[in-house]
Amino acid sequence: MAIWCRSLALDRWRQAERCTPGEGADAAPLVLTMDTAHGPRIKAANAAALAEGAASGMMLADARTLCPSLALRAADPAGDLAFLERLALWAQRWGPWSALDAPDGVLVDVSALAHLFGGEARLLADVVERCAVRGLAVRAAIAPTAGAAWALAHHGPERAILASVDDPFARLAELPVAALRLDSDVLLVLRRLGLKRIGDLVRVEKGECDQASGRDALRRRFRTRHAASANPLIRLDQLIGHVPEPLLPVAMPEVPLVQRRLMEPIRHRDPLDTVMADLAADMERLLEGRGEGARRLDLALWRVDGEVLVRRLELAEATRAAAHICRLFAERLNDIDAGFGIEMVRLTASWAQPLPLGQADLETAAEAHGTSLAACIDRLSVRLGAEAVRRPVLHASHIPERSLRWQAPLELEPLHQEELRFHARPAKLLDKAELISVLYASPDGYPRRFRWRGEVHEVARVEGPERIAPEWWREGGRTRLRDYYRVEDGEGRRYWIYRSGLAGDGRGGMPDWFLQGLCG
Amino acid sequence: MELASLSRAVELVQAGARNPRWHPGAAPALHSEIFAASSDGGGTGALLALANAALRQRERDTVEQRALLWVQDRAAIRLSGRPYPPGLPQALRHRIIHVAADSAKDALFALEEGVRCKDLACVIGEIAGNPREIDFTASRRLTLAAERHDVPLFVLRHDAQPDLGSARMRWRMCSSPSVPPLWDRGAPGHPSWHAELFRARGHAPGEWTLRDDGHALGAEKIAPPDHGDLVPVAGARPLAAG
Repeated sequence: MAIWCRSLALDRWRQAERCTPGEGADAAPLVLTMDTAHGPRIKAANAAALAEGAASGMMLADARTLCPSLALRAADPAGDLAFLERLALWAQRWGPWSALDAPDGVLVDVSALAHLFGGEARLLADVVERCAVRGLAVRAAIAPTAGAAWALAHHGPERAILASVDDPFARLAELPVAALRLDSDVLLVLRRLGLKRIGDLVRVEKGECDQASGRDALRRRFRTRHAASANPLIRLDQLIGHVPEPLLPVAMPEVPLVQRRLMEPIRHRDPLDTVMADLAADMERLLEGRGEGARRLDLALWRVDGEVLVRRLELAEATRAAAHICRLFAERLNDIDAGFGIEMVRLTASWAQPLPLGQADLETAAEAHGTSLAACIDRLSVRLGAEAVRRPVLHASHIPERSLRWQAPLELEPLHQEELRFHARPAKLLDKAELISVLYASPDGYPRRFRWRGEVHEVARVEGPERIAPEWWREGGRTRLRDYYRVEDGEGRRYWIYRSGLAGDGRGGMPDWFLQGLCG
Repeated sequence: MELASLSRAVELVQAGARNPRWHPGAAPALHSEIFAASSDGGGTGALLALANAALRQRERDTVEQRALLWVQDRAAIRLSGRPYPPGLPQALRHRIIHVAADSAKDALFALEEGVRCKDLACVIGEIAGNPREIDFTASRRLTLAAERHDVPLFVLRHDAQPDLGSARMRWRMCSSPSVPPLWDRGAPGHPSWHAELFRARGHAPGEWTLRDDGHALGAEKIAPPDHGDLVPVAGARPLAAG
C-alpha cells in the first residue's frame, strides 16, 4: 500500500498555525519558499496562491509579479522528513512494516491482512479518514508491488486497488510515464520519443505492431543505465514484480528506559536520591540483560505542574554500574527545583554500546584499592566539564602552538610521525606568546638582554636561530617567519623566545620579539 | 594506645637517624610539594625530574605504562603555560591527561580524585599563590589519600609562601646555571636545578644541585656555610617553638 501526502509541507504548516484549510492565515495567497542558488524558489503554494498563478517550483520573483500580495513562509524540509519518519512508524498500525518514500510518501506492507480491516476498500477508507483527522490530505492505493501502488497513488484514480489477479499493464496503461518514478531527464527523453503513457512504453517493449526495431533501439538507448530511476525498462519490470525492489523498513530503535511513578510527589533531596538509586539499579539490570552499557543517560523529572526537568550525562566509557551512575547524577541534581513536587522520574539510556558481562571481582581487596581510570575521568568531567579534562596529542604542523591538539582522554591517539629528536623544545608553552622587549647587538643577531613581565633578564647563553617558516598553504602572504632562540639568563633560567620576521623582509616594520615557552 | 604511638615515634626517630640525608636513591615520598617562582621553568623541570625518578623506581618491573594526571588551575596556566609534550621527558610525554581547573578548589578536587585512582602512575598539580582553600586540612587529606592508595603526588606551588602543609617532602627549587655542552660552549646545556629540602619526614634538611641525565637523577651536595653555633636554618618551624 502506498500513501501519498499530497501537500505535506502545507499540511504541516497549517498544523503549526492551527488553522483549517482555506481559513485564517490560509485564506490569503501564501507560499512556502526554499533558498536555492538562484534565489528563493516556491516549494509549495496554497489553494489561494495557486488560483493567483503561483505554482510549486516557480521562482519567487516570478510569482510576486503575478500576485504582489503573496505571503511568504520558509519551508522546513528537514522537519518534513522527520515528520514523515514518525508518520511511517504510525502507519505500522496497518501493516507489520513500513518504509519511507521521500519526500512525501510512505509504503506499508499490507499483504494478507486487509481482511482484518474488512477488506481492501475499507482499509483504504480507514487510511484516508484517519489521515484526514490528523490534518493530512492523502491519496492511497493498494497493489501487489510497491511500484504499482506508488503509480496508482500518485497518478491513478482515487483509492485505487490493483488485485493480484488483475493484469497490471491493462490497469496502468493509461497512466503517464511519470508514474514509473523516473528522473526528470529520462522523462524528457521519453517525451521527446513520443512515449507519454505507460501503455506506449509497454507496446514498444513487447515489440507489438511490428515494432521490433523500436524495442531494440529502446534497449540500446538505456543499456548503460543501471540505476532503476534512470532506466524505464527496469521500472517496468519492477512494476509487475519481475525484478525485486528492496525497501528499507523504518524501525523504532528500542531505547532502554526505566521509570518510577511516585505515589506522593517528592520535594526533598533524600527521597529523590532513593528513587535515583532504584532507577539506577533497574537500569543496570535492564542493560545487563541486553549486554549493553550506557554512554549517555537522560534523566527526566516530571513535576506536578507539568514542567519536565531534564539532566543529561555523558560517560567516557560504556558502563552500567549503578553506584557510579548514582554518584555522577548526584552532582547534577543539586540545582533541581522541585516546585510542588516531582511525581515521575524516568531514566533512559539514549546511547548504549555493547558491553559484555565481565568477570566479577573476586579479590575484594581491589574494591578498597581505588577507582578505575574511566571512573576517575567521569567524575572529573562531570564536575569540571568535558572541556577541562583532555589529553594533548601531536598534530602535523611545525608551528609550535598548532602542533598540539587536545582530545578526549580515553580516545586512541592518532598515528603521527615522531618528533625529531634534535629539536630541543620547552616543557611548558604559554597559551599566547608574550611580547618582550629585547636588546640586541644587530637586528638579526643574538639577543643580549630582554625584559619580560617587568623583570630584566641578562642573556648568558643562547642557541639558535631555529627558523620556522609560516605555513603558506594556510596563512596569508603577510605572515612572518619565526626565528627561535633557546636562551639562558645569568641565574640559569631557560626560555624559548622568537623573533617574528626579519628586518627588511617587507612584511611590517622592525620585528617584534615574543617569549613562548619556559624550558624545564 | 599511648604505647603504640610512642613506639611509632621511636621508629621515626630511628629512621631519621639511620638516614639523615636525602639522596636520589631514597624511597620517593608520596606527597611532595615544590615551591618555585612562576617565571622560572626550573620548578617544572625539577618536578618532572623528581617524578621521573620516582616512576623509574616504581615501574622497574612493570611493562604497562599508566597515565599521568596533570592538574593546573587557571592562574597557573596563565603564569607558566600548559605542558608541551615534545619538551617533556621521553618516558612521560605520551601519558599525560591534562586537567584545566578553574579555581584552586576545583584543582584540589581533581588532585584528590587523581590520587584515589589506582590506574594512574602519578599525579602532578600546579597551583598559583596561596589560595584560602589550600590549608593544612586540605594538604593533609591529599597526603592521606596518596599514602592510602599508593599514588605519588607532586604539587608545584607557583609564587607561594611556604605555609602550613603536611607534604612529606617540601622543596624550594630554582634553576641554576647549566653545564655547558661539549660542542657548543655558548649554548644552554643540560639543565640543573638548585634544590633546597626545607622540611621532610625522615630526612634532614639540606641543599643540592640536581641534574637529570635521562637515565638517573644526580644530586650534588652543597655544603652550608659555617655559622658556628647558630641554628642553621629555621625552615617552616617557628623559632619560638624551639
